[in-house]
Amino acid sequence: MDATTLLLLGQDSLISGSIYALLAVTMVMVFSVTRVLFIPQGEFVTYGALTLAALEAGRVPGTAWLLLGVGVVAAVVALFRLRHALSLTTAIRIIITDIGLPAVMLLIVQWVAPMKLGLIPEMILTLALVVPLGPFVYRIAFQPLAESSILVLLIVAVGVHMGMTGLGLVFFGPEGYQTSAFSETVFDLGIMTVSAQSLWVVATTAALLIALYIFFERTVSGKTLRAAAISRRGARLVGISTDRTGYLAFTLTAMIGAVSGLMIGSLTTIYFDSGFIIGLKGFVAAILGGLNSYPLAAAAALLVGTVESFSSYSASAFKEVIVFTIIIPVLLWRSLFSPPAEHHE
Amino acid sequence: MNPKHPGVVAVILILVILTIPLAPIPDYWISLLNNIGLFSLVAVGLVLLTGVGGMTSFGQAAFVGFGAYTTAVLSTTYGISPWLTLPIALVLTAAAALAIGSITVRLSGHYLPLGTMAWGLAFFYLFGNLEFLGAHDGINGIPPLRIGHHDLFDGRAFFPVVWLVVLAAMFLTTNLLHTRLGRAIRALRSGTIANEAFGIDTAQVKLIVFVYAAVLAGLSGWLYAHLQRSINPTAFGINIGIEYLLMAVVGGAGHVFGAVLGAGIVTILKDQLQDILPKLIGGQGSYETIVFGFMLVVILQSARNGLWPLIINAFPAGPEKLPVPSDDSLAQRAMPKSGAVPVLDVRGICKSFGGLVAVNDVTFLVGAKEIVGLIGPNGAGKSTTFNLVTGLLRATGGEVLFRGSRIDAMPARDIAALGIARTFQHVELAPEMSVLENVAIGAHIRGSAGLLAGMLRLDRAEEKCLLGEAARQLQRVGLGEYMHRPAGSLALGQLRILEIARALALDPALLLLDEPAAGLRHLEKRELAALLNKLRAEGMSILLVEHDVEFVMGLTDHLVVLDFGKLIAKGVPAEIRKNPIVLEAYLGGVV
Repeated sequence: MDATTLLLLGQDSLISGSIYALLAVTMVMVFSVTRVLFIPQGEFVTYGALTLAALEAGRVPGTAWLLLGVGVVAAVVALFRLRHALSLTTAIRIIITDIGLPAVMLLIVQWVAPMKLGLIPEMILTLALVVPLGPFVYRIAFQPLAESSILVLLIVAVGVHMGMTGLGLVFFGPEGYQTSAFSETVFDLGIMTVSAQSLWVVATTAALLIALYIFFERTVSGKTLRAAAISRRGARLVGISTDRTGYLAFTLTAMIGAVSGLMIGSLTTIYFDSGFIIGLKGFVAAILGGLNSYPLAAAAALLVGTVESFSSYSASAFKEVIVFTIIIPVLLWRSLFSPPAEHHE
Repeated sequence: MNPKHPGVVAVILILVILTIPLAPIPDYWISLLNNIGLFSLVAVGLVLLTGVGGMTSFGQAAFVGFGAYTTAVLSTTYGISPWLTLPIALVLTAAAALAIGSITVRLSGHYLPLGTMAWGLAFFYLFGNLEFLGAHDGINGIPPLRIGHHDLFDGRAFFPVVWLVVLAAMFLTTNLLHTRLGRAIRALRSGTIANEAFGIDTAQVKLIVFVYAAVLAGLSGWLYAHLQRSINPTAFGINIGIEYLLMAVVGGAGHVFGAVLGAGIVTILKDQLQDILPKLIGGQGSYETIVFGFMLVVILQSARNGLWPLIINAFPAGPEKLPVPSDDSLAQRAMPKSGAVPVLDVRGICKSFGGLVAVNDVTFLVGAKEIVGLIGPNGAGKSTTFNLVTGLLRATGGEVLFRGSRIDAMPARDIAALGIARTFQHVELAPEMSVLENVAIGAHIRGSAGLLAGMLRLDRAEEKCLLGEAARQLQRVGLGEYMHRPAGSLALGQLRILEIARALALDPALLLLDEPAAGLRHLEKRELAALLNKLRAEGMSILLVEHDVEFVMGLTDHLVVLDFGKLIAKGVPAEIRKNPIVLEAYLGGVV
């Protein structure tokens, strides 16, 4: 392996590691706030990338219809759950927010999509379509089970993954898409070239991680999330709604998933089911980091990115095998050095 | 399900299985039924693993792959007869499960399922990239099974093989659940503390269940390979692994019959949806995953125990008249003699959690035929002292001797085997198991029957002794009439007494009771005191934590008083009652 290859692989590691870091950090956040091991995180990546791809092509993305459909389901579920204590104003509010807003979004997208507004407006539109899916998913699937065991929530998460992947196939089709890069510029540094796109990815990741840090440390909303993560009961006792922290966590995770999708969409071809494996690699990192530390999760994500890049160079057929088995030594270490933990149903 | 004549039911089922291939059922449905049988095998394993044992696995498909690939390679490349590859396939699957399991089953809760997902994916990619396994194309031309001179070429001929195996697996698994080991497996879900305190090696029990489920999956894979006669990695991927779990959850993860029900529902639904959905939606694709995803979410939200319990509850059987086991032939321990070495000798034990010193240099003795009370205000370190003596916590200093030998470095289950039994301040029982079965957990270490004996019902004599002993202890503490109720249906005071019965079933020389009288009414307290006095007269030593001063004063020979982890007084009850330091600790120095 010469220096050029080494640098190239290093650059590659950093890019994929950045994306895994974003996913790993949000997984740790969702887990600590809601106790959900959010396997479908990767689906938001797919949705983000494929929505942008459709908008770039001047088509109405399937997500616009999907959002309306999910909104209708959420409204029906909400009305059904409140059927014994439903006032007219609540019903109207539910219908306006869950069905009305997505319907307006759909109309807007149908109007502006053929105009091909350019990358930035299209990205904003993508986020506006994908991010609301996060709180909807929380409301439909997880909120009724919020006090269940981690295992039940995990199986529900797998159910959501199956549903979202299947819906991805319906709304985006089986073809793969690649979006255009933020920037086509390439810097020639003599021994290697650096694409501006890769700098964008790393910079965006860093910016998002810093933003998350400020959010958790400096804002009241961020502090409510931390409180809920430490103790759900304690948070409720001081007047924090754990339903609200759940929405917030899922909104953030959908947003960061979709942003990762926007970034990754130009680097590789994304199919309706690509997100699962990408998300699971984020999970490998989150587990390596112990599922309770943001910096460790982010650092582990860089390690996963590095292992992946270097194994795709030297043992490409076994790349995925290697990435998914690096979890084993960590689990082994944990099983040897931590006392057998308790689990109550 | 407890049919009156299991033999008759089995014969009928075997006859049905043998006649179905002769009936004019379309080939299409025969092959669907074959698939259901193959999936049922895996799902039965998952029922034991997930529904009963509380360990979730998304990776069973990989074990199916182990069984399938082993026989495929051996029977094509090396031309070995499929009947010879069967034991090899099962042993190899078991070995793989043992290796993976010993890494992952000790991890509780969510790490195990995440681990299964990771190795499920890793094996899928491994199968798809290894040349000698045919990489992505898989292996073709696998020979069919051969019985006598008949090759089982078509699904119709294969049908009896598949379903007789399924029937056998269900029979053996059901047997297993109603044995000594089965109780230990069923108690896993309710936590490991009580099990360890009664001598059960929970990590080993988990590993047995894990390997058992994997072997059933491997068996399914072996059958699959010889039924399809060609295999490729897609049948062993993570998505199929998730479908297996779906089957167990849909059918009812706690029921062996639920596994077959779930496998049937999911397989038929998948088959039908693959026809219908593409016509509705257009295009082609695996749209059934949407339905499966919703199904999983809805079932967990509204019918957590799956569909099987809903079905059996629709046909309520009359109240079952279960026999009261009576057998008292279980060997009993010789009780320590008074005057010799003390039964329990605690010498300067310490325990700190980080900076907090919970127990600090505590020393006391419990002699033979003595009842010693351990008292002190809340947070004094009483329960921690119990945990140190019973090995649930490791002391950071000091020594604990039981009948003259050191036990402070021993794991809880070995201490239990020496004859120390306990109850818990916060009740640690398995609520879904019957009162009798919970008590039988206490007698676990007095039996020895293992996996095979349980599956083949060779353990009946011993089982009769264990249950007889459990029944005897229940009658002794006055809970005999509740024997066959689920433990979760009893009141808190009764649960505490139930814990005492469980402790007595261990035949202890030393009994540790953590607040046994809490939640009892006056009359019940009197009965409890009478029982403890009787136990003492029979030679048992008792150490108890209790807040009811009247109860403690009337019953105990000595008192040990702790405050903030320190021993502040020792002596006979009458002295302690007047001790100014004790009064200050309890009443804050007002007196």
